Amino acid sequence: MTEQNEILLDELKHLVSERALTGETMLLNMGPQHPSTHGVLRLLLELDGEIVVNCIPDIGFLHTGIEKNMEAKTYQKAEVMTDRMDYLNTVGNNLVYCLAVEKLVDLDVPPRAQTIRVLLTELTRIASHLLWMGTSALDLAAMSVFLYAMREREMILDILEMVSGARMMTTYIRPGGLWRDVPVEFEEAVANFINILPGRLDEYESLLTTNALFLERTEGIGVITTQQCIQWGITGPVLRATGLPYDLRKARPYSGYEQYDFDIPTATGGDIYSRYRVRVAEVRQSLRIVRQALDRLPYGPVRSNNRKFVPPPRSELSTSMEAVIQHFKLWTEGFPAPKGSVYAAIESPRGELGFLIEGNGGSRPQRVFYRGPTFANLQIMPLLSKGHFVADLVGIIGSIDIVLGDCDR
Amino acid sequence: MDAKLQPAVDALTGRLNVEPVEFRDQVSLLVQPDQIVSAAQILRDEFQFDMLTFLTAVDYWPELAPRFHIVYMLYSVPHNANLSLRVPLEGNAPHLPTLEGVYPNANWYEREVWDMFGVRFDGHSDLRRILMPADWQGHPLRKDYPLGYEEVQFTFNAEEIDLRKPYARE
Repeated sequence: MTEQNEILLDELKHLVSERALTGETMLLNMGPQHPSTHGVLRLLLELDGEIVVNCIPDIGFLHTGIEKNMEAKTYQKAEVMTDRMDYLNTVGNNLVYCLAVEKLVDLDVPPRAQTIRVLLTELTRIASHLLWMGTSALDLAAMSVFLYAMREREMILDILEMVSGARMMTTYIRPGGLWRDVPVEFEEAVANFINILPGRLDEYESLLTTNALFLERTEGIGVITTQQCIQWGITGPVLRATGLPYDLRKARPYSGYEQYDFDIPTATGGDIYSRYRVRVAEVRQSLRIVRQALDRLPYGPVRSNNRKFVPPPRSELSTSMEAVIQHFKLWTEGFPAPKGSVYAAIESPRGELGFLIEGNGGSRPQRVFYRGPTFANLQIMPLLSKGHFVADLVGIIGSIDIVLGDCDR
Repeated sequence: MDAKLQPAVDALTGRLNVEPVEFRDQVSLLVQPDQIVSAAQILRDEFQFDMLTFLTAVDYWPELAPRFHIVYMLYSVPHNANLSLRVPLEGNAPHLPTLEGVYPNANWYEREVWDMFGVRFDGHSDLRRILMPADWQGHPLRKDYPLGYEEVQFTFNAEEIDLRKPYARE
């Protein structure tokens, strides 16, 4: 047994400049309990007056060891934890986990399930962007947008509750398809929502897009170039706001995204305002996808018929002995996956969201790695904030759209 | 194999000691630890693999040779292609050169691997823990680190429970 690790001040000195050691600049702690850090993010700021000299993010306050837990669970049971990672993109997390497992065991998904997956993922993207719009505008002191945006987000959460029974932690998408088919009132609810939102979105835009105060706080702040984004592995709206139309839905289509007609919005400024424009335009494109998915929703099964991986329908359990055995084996042992590692990725509201799953021949994974966009995007905080005011820092954090659950896992 | 990857894989197998592996249309190259920096440099400068999507590790304990695989996922924006590199590492306290000089975002990912697996990256500019508290003992994602539940420690039984937790005071 050794003694407790001690942290020496000398080990941390290299993080700040010489001027901080002489007291010329001030060190200030921001967070982890700070309303505008969107969760438990801690920033160590080095300030020259009100100007940020350096900004050192400190993460890990929401680390819950999900990856370690998943290694101890069977493939179906581990899925429940994916919701808890990026808690604003729950359906997307389920989708990418299922895509990775399906790739690992080579499992097909019926067309109806594919379409519902796309539809719900896009609704979740809209919900996430609405929440982002409300909270980041609130950080810049535009309070009313927050209240309106939450109202529309609630409609999406109601739809999720309708299909899965849970507002946020749905676990609705399962390896091989869906948990069960959508209820009859689903189509009407979605149609109602996509009729209402475009008009409401215009209203929100009229509150922000040409608002002089909003422009003053966002234009030319937190600028990053395409080259820097690629160098630092930044994806999602932050990258697209620099002018590169890189979107995994087009670059490496999954779940049949190649069949839908939509554009990838870009902007050229690379600043907070460009990110805002990109996200608002993305909501409109997502609405286009939802509309198309709703129009073409095919009939048919929502689960693969491969009983090795997918449990039999509930109705068969009372009549078929095989079904009982299959069900029992799936929920006690799980299904085995071959040795080898696969990587599946989707475009989450924040960027590239991926799962690396390595099978070892048994029914539990050897390793699950979650590539969260927030972890990658948060790393450029020092780059974005140097030379700006502390007040702008709040806008910059909001514009990257961080979710600490996604970052710390 | 994807035709876009073929030239890069051919060049690397010709010039360095690497071995391609393919699984579910996904190409991985097994690279020796001392060659990882030059492999990444060749891929970035000559074959436009300009983005490091992520970097992580896999633990194969109780196997010791190799015990770890470090997995690098590279992406090429112009070619729209993914290529992964895997570095096998032996023993319980392995180390390999950092990739920070080639891909700056390796910084946080390498800190995460050090934090979770205890793999050292030589030449890293700031190799501190990133997710776990700074005074934490042990590396949680190692397979010999128990998952177990935590007994709640109160003042009266804190020391008694500590005795049953060898990993807490290793």
